[in-house]
Amino acid sequence: MTLLSIRNLSLDIHRRPILREVSFEMRRGEVFGLVGESGSGKSMTALAMMQLLPPGARASGRAVLGQTELLTQSEARMCRIRGREIGMIFQEPMTALNPVRTIGDQVAETLVIHGAASRSDALKAARQRLDRVGLTADRFPLSRYPHELSGGQRQRVCIAMAIALRPSLLIADEPTTALDVTTQAQILDLLKGLVAEEGMGLMLITHDLAVVAGMADHVAVMQAGRIVEQAGTEALFRNRRHDYTRALFAASSHRPAAVAAAPAADKALLAVEDVRRSYALPRRGLFGPAPRMEAVRGVSFTLKAGESLGLVGESGCGKSTLTRAILGLDPVQGGAIRLFGEPAGPGMPNRLRAGIQVVFQDPYGSFNPRWRVERLVAEPFHLLAPQPGRDERRARVAEALEAVGLTPADMEKYPHEFSGGQRQRIAIARALITRPGILVLDEAVSALDVRVRARILDLLAALRESHGLAYLFISHDLHVVRAITDRVLVMRAGEIVEEGATEAVFAAPRHPYTQELLAATPVVPADWTEGTPHEALV
Amino acid sequence: MRGGATLILGAALTAVFAVAALVSLVWTPWPVEAINIALRLKAPGDGFLLGTDHFGRDMLSMLMVGARTSIAVAILAVGIGIAAGVPLGLLAAARHGGLLDEVIMRGNDLVFAFPSLVIAILITAVFGPSATNAIIAIGIFNIPVFARVTRGAALSLWTLDYIRAAQVAGKGRARISMQHILPNIANLLIVQGTIQFSLGILAEAGLSYVGLGAQPPLPSWGRMLAESQTMISLAPHLAILPGLAIVLTVLGLNLMGDGLRDLLDPRLRRTR
Repeated sequence: MTLLSIRNLSLDIHRRPILREVSFEMRRGEVFGLVGESGSGKSMTALAMMQLLPPGARASGRAVLGQTELLTQSEARMCRIRGREIGMIFQEPMTALNPVRTIGDQVAETLVIHGAASRSDALKAARQRLDRVGLTADRFPLSRYPHELSGGQRQRVCIAMAIALRPSLLIADEPTTALDVTTQAQILDLLKGLVAEEGMGLMLITHDLAVVAGMADHVAVMQAGRIVEQAGTEALFRNRRHDYTRALFAASSHRPAAVAAAPAADKALLAVEDVRRSYALPRRGLFGPAPRMEAVRGVSFTLKAGESLGLVGESGCGKSTLTRAILGLDPVQGGAIRLFGEPAGPGMPNRLRAGIQVVFQDPYGSFNPRWRVERLVAEPFHLLAPQPGRDERRARVAEALEAVGLTPADMEKYPHEFSGGQRQRIAIARALITRPGILVLDEAVSALDVRVRARILDLLAALRESHGLAYLFISHDLHVVRAITDRVLVMRAGEIVEEGATEAVFAAPRHPYTQELLAATPVVPADWTEGTPHEALV
Repeated sequence: MRGGATLILGAALTAVFAVAALVSLVWTPWPVEAINIALRLKAPGDGFLLGTDHFGRDMLSMLMVGARTSIAVAILAVGIGIAAGVPLGLLAAARHGGLLDEVIMRGNDLVFAFPSLVIAILITAVFGPSATNAIIAIGIFNIPVFARVTRGAALSLWTLDYIRAAQVAGKGRARISMQHILPNIANLLIVQGTIQFSLGILAEAGLSYVGLGAQPPLPSWGRMLAESQTMISLAPHLAILPGLAIVLTVLGLNLMGDGLRDLLDPRLRRTR
């Protein structure tokens, strides 16, 4: 039975085309996957049918839910439909809940607003829904506040709110992108169970092909506002008719060519010896010492010249805290860090700092928006003594920009003139400018679309060979770590639980946590990709 | 009202008074000290464009010089606030969570805890009433305002990656504050400066009204209002004109501040 039928949905925002003739159908009890890169229009499709569009937007076409034509409804009618007929879950559970209201209140609110129940009945129903999403009464009473919950638990509350009125259609927009893999697996399981039991339709919007492979019955691939290909999931994965679909698949499983330079066996550039990091938590009372949080508990490893070392772990495992200490931004509370054989820390000399540079995750927050690229890339020159003259600065900035695939003319531009991938190239150029021996890549490709990510990974592999760099590659993404590192460390709760050659660890994980991580990582079934061995998916 | 129109109207109103103040430095229709009892309390238009006061002084000239007094006091007071408040705010943000942050912010709270007028009365009681002391009093009240705005905006910037990148490039907190933080919060400070400027004009008028600001014979809008009180039924223009001047200047500055905020804040620009 058809639940939702979208026919020739087009959308312009300020006369700029956003969607072009999007058509698809969804049935009850079905999971429909909408995949594509950022800006492809997948979220806008959902927002357009809910009439949640920014000012200046004009939609045309038809979107029929059950018997109701959604695009022509008045705002008042849409208010009744949203929440009652259509539930929605967003990407960021940290901001989707009101921090000053209890979770019970927030789930019950949906019921009260729609006049479905009195307040006391609504609270009873809220309890039921929270139980359904796995937040049991003994551990999660209605009186809990969002800040007392983890990201995954908050996402469960969001799901409870979305399903409070048992809508026939549930839209999940990147519901697990902000979550750790193990949490992601649980949330996906929950969503799957809801679809099966409650018979609702689930529109799953995601950039992750592996997630779609495990969840969806039908998949549509979007590019630049159009659906380029849609079919049953397995058929689509096996056939891949459209060029763009093929490019997306190739990029998501892309592995850069192996780097020939074998790591020098005994020369440790970076030695981390039993490092402990703790910080003070807010005081509980007026007197007495503040409790301390042990973020890193005795971590030891070495990074050899020319080596690419991966550090994987979920959020809160202490990898960022450790990174800050390695970069000499924070002091350590125990153990020692040695860079190039010398002790490192907040007070280390500039020539040591010049040897270790960093690329951050967010290509948008990484640059002072008021500076031109020349000044941005040249910033680490501050570390050099004597500082190069103006001509040499420009020459070296130009050289660094060319090394990362940009042109010297880009020096005169501001960061907002570049795309996310280009900005990440600028960030790499900035990190290379002092000719460091070590590059710390802190989730450096996590925010990028798969095709851009593939190109940046290629660039990193090439730079490692040409510049003789050693990488410390920090990521939560196991695919990427597998693609670019020689050796990997698995971190959990401030400790390194497993260490070894990357392929060996991925092929035969020894520690239960590593096994759990690998098991939770969504994969495309191996036999779906038969016949295309060069694209073998991880 | 659309942001552009707000800005233009506000800037135009402000410009009128700024120009009047500037012109008064070199020329006024009549000398403001010239007392001519014979020509006292003339209605507007009767030989004098805006009439005369109870000493026969030309109202237009008085208003022009009064604008100069108000604007000079307000500019200097805002200058004191920025000069002291912004560095304090930057310092507090750079040392966030530390002892220095705590000391600066609690000091701020202390100043905030006194109403500005009480501080002004305190200062003038100690040092005697004068325009200079009014400037100092209003200036002191401006310091915590700028310190807070600066610290709040700076704190959110300190969490960004480009600050971390600058730290990795070996830059110290002072250098980062000057190179990265200050330029990126400058628009906020400009907007806050405009608002404090209008508040400064109001404060100056208030202090002069109670006799704690500019001293005679220097004309000031606040004192013109005070002196007109007893003659309000006889010559209403004596009260209406300086009152209107104060209202229009403050309105102009506030509109300009709103317009600037919309113009300089890209988030608001998008929703307009």
